[in-house]
Amino acid sequence: MSIIIDKLNYIYSPGTAYEKQALTNISLVINDGEFIGLIGHTGSGKSTLIQHLNGLVKATSGGVYYNGADIYDEDYNLKELRTKVGLVFQYPEHQLFETTVLKDVQFGPKNLGLSPIEIDLRAYEALKQVGIPDDLIDASPFELSGGQKRRVAIAGVLAMKPEVLILDEPTAGLDPRGRDEILDQIAKIHEEQHITVILVSHSMEDVAKYVGRIIVMERGQVAYNDTPKNVFAHYKDLERIGLAAPQVTYAMHALKERGIPVRTDATTVEEAKVAVLAAWKGGIYDT
Amino acid sequence: MIRDITIGQYYPANSVLHRLDPRVKISGTLLYIISLFLVNNLWGYLIAALVLSAVIRASKVPFGYIVKGLKAVIILLLFTVCFNLFLTSGTPLFEWKFIRITKEGLYLAFSMAVRLTLLILGSSLMTFTTTPNELTDGMESLLSPLKKIHVPVHEVAMMMSIALRFIPILLEETDKIMKAQQARGADFETGGIIKRAKAMIPILVPLFISAFRRAGDLAMAMEARCYHGGQGRTKMKPLHYHKRDGIAWILMAAFVAVIVASRKF
Amino acid sequence: MSMLKSDNLTFEYIRRDEEGNVESITKALDGVCLEIKKGDFVAILGHNGSGKSTLAKHINAILMPTEGTLYVDGMDTRDEKHLWDIRQTAGMVFQNPDNQIIATVVEEDVGFGPENLGVPTQEIWERVEESLKAVGMYEYRKHSPNKLSGGQKQRVAIAGIMAMKPQCIVLDEPTAMLDPNGRREVIRTVRELNRREKVTVLLITHYMEEVIHADKVIVMDDGKIVMQGTPREIFSQVEKLKSYRMDVPQVTELAHELKKAGMPLPDGILSVEEFAQAVEKCHAHTVSTDFRPHKKEGAHPCLS
Repeated sequence: MSIIIDKLNYIYSPGTAYEKQALTNISLVINDGEFIGLIGHTGSGKSTLIQHLNGLVKATSGGVYYNGADIYDEDYNLKELRTKVGLVFQYPEHQLFETTVLKDVQFGPKNLGLSPIEIDLRAYEALKQVGIPDDLIDASPFELSGGQKRRVAIAGVLAMKPEVLILDEPTAGLDPRGRDEILDQIAKIHEEQHITVILVSHSMEDVAKYVGRIIVMERGQVAYNDTPKNVFAHYKDLERIGLAAPQVTYAMHALKERGIPVRTDATTVEEAKVAVLAAWKGGIYDT
Repeated sequence: MIRDITIGQYYPANSVLHRLDPRVKISGTLLYIISLFLVNNLWGYLIAALVLSAVIRASKVPFGYIVKGLKAVIILLLFTVCFNLFLTSGTPLFEWKFIRITKEGLYLAFSMAVRLTLLILGSSLMTFTTTPNELTDGMESLLSPLKKIHVPVHEVAMMMSIALRFIPILLEETDKIMKAQQARGADFETGGIIKRAKAMIPILVPLFISAFRRAGDLAMAMEARCYHGGQGRTKMKPLHYHKRDGIAWILMAAFVAVIVASRKF
Repeated sequence: MSMLKSDNLTFEYIRRDEEGNVESITKALDGVCLEIKKGDFVAILGHNGSGKSTLAKHINAILMPTEGTLYVDGMDTRDEKHLWDIRQTAGMVFQNPDNQIIATVVEEDVGFGPENLGVPTQEIWERVEESLKAVGMYEYRKHSPNKLSGGQKQRVAIAGIMAMKPQCIVLDEPTAMLDPNGRREVIRTVRELNRREKVTVLLITHYMEEVIHADKVIVMDDGKIVMQGTPREIFSQVEKLKSYRMDVPQVTELAHELKKAGMPLPDGILSVEEFAQAVEKCHAHTVSTDFRPHKKEGAHPCLS
């Protein structure tokens, strides 16, 4: 049970003046239950890549296999794939359209042709998962705050019970607390529902805190594909492509340069704290 | 894809046509459209097409780019052709069951298709070579006599230019919303006409909301930059006639004369 | 003289039902007293809905106070005859770059403000050139804004304001929709304008790393000013900031956590460099006097 991307190429507007190779020779495996961070600056191809995973965009060449089946096979049911691979776009609150929160979340399950009871159940459950209180479910989605709208929109995808959940910058424009709340909820869903999560983000700090593996995209290619520690060890190279490591990683390197024997692979505040305290208390140095 | 619609967008290039006074371009386009309806035989269409292609060459806008704009109106075009082809009475050329094609129908369908194509190409060429601001200024200047009868000429022109600026943004937005709803299992491709019309609601509602939000934001941004209508406004690019504009007027007059003459061919 | 001065500034949103009866009243601003000096770089922090955008809209006289007063360069914003002077004095940059660019060519957009002010043609061109150069977008003057990156679009929007020769720029979350590179571009531009052109800057944001260079930071919550001070003073109060749904830069939080765990570090560390220096000091002291964290007596070396 996994997604396999095999030598995928995508050319945007082929045969016109705007022809552009958006993705070049991408091969990746995404295993069941992983929490992956997909990073890269604007235009690096990450948004195009995720749209391939649920068949919204068709590759120019190469293949995508979902649980072993070729999604470009003529008989393959793309509509079903879209329910299995849930994709939450950037600013998803801009797609809300129903008169009540509950109705909006029901849109996905309704499209699946489920029974009315199942539709209600799923919508309600999804709203609970993202932490929308009961008294808001009959409110108009347009009366909610920005953070609440965002969560309702995410619930709209969760209600389809996807096996893979892809989120394109789910925290864009939210304040720090709103950002933490959404990411904590996603982490919780990942843990409890055992679904695969792919988080597209600009924030290295967020990615380092939550994910198990990072895929770095640059100019339509995969530049790195490794654990956060190993990826952020290349912080100088990341800067070259317009990205950066979390601030604490820099802090650890700065200490090291001053001759303080700390581990430099810390990527979160918690890890950095342990590393600095260990060095200060004269603990075991591990360089 | 919906994003490929290019009609009404400015194409930056450095050509005589780009430098021409917008008033000349607007009047020229109008004259061209009128001439198209004066044409009554093949020669006339040939001349009109040749002239247009020469002007397109001079504009340095790639031909393929202009033709792409036609895609958006292809349905309208087909509809007009079929309408004329099947519903014109006259000498029958071909008959099968209830389908009847007449000689007159064939000619009418052909001339409507050519007229419409040239008309769309011609007017989109104007928007390709004229920035919306120039277009606004040109319209405003040409229509300024109407101010005397209290027509809000400046406001109308401003609205038009803003609409042109937001076309590509809203098209991109439509594409995004469609994809987002498809990701929630929406289906726009199958079913009867009613089902399909219903399937548009999840696209249209967010699109309208977004358009209103943008309009509100834009109005605020314009006010913040001291916009208060046309009164007391100066121009960054005031309109001045140059020698080339005079030449363009002469060429245009010659073209109209040739077209009128072609009626006698 | 002060650029902005508000006294008990209060603004209420009144919601009405279909019959026009008052349904609810929300105080978006609640007795805000504020003074901003000319030439300062002031950052306003606050979570979504804390009232910071409402405050910004008052400065540009887009909204009028329900109670209290606001003076922009000595002009009362409620005084209608000053409306256009106020808007010219305090320019405003908004969040969404797409929704504030009016023209389809960069230079025409920058010229929009001066055109509205009735500036003579020749001078419009001079101003457009000057402001595009000031934000580093001069070579894009003939481009369509649609083809620019988010950061570039915001710089064009800033140039559009600069061309009106304002004394003050209010930026309402100008980086919220940008990626980290775009954010850096915009903040660098704004800081340079503040330094070189002496423009007063009021930056509204919720990105902590953008405010560490400000002269003054104001934190808003629930329509009120709840904290005010230099960045260091503000970021010394990690717990308090968090209670207002705000955050601190990672090194600040790390230093705070280390201090809680017993390391003698100063409060309000703002940069990696400061952090490294402070930790080094602790180590130097530890090595020379065998100072260990379990020995609590004695002065903290880093605080001296």
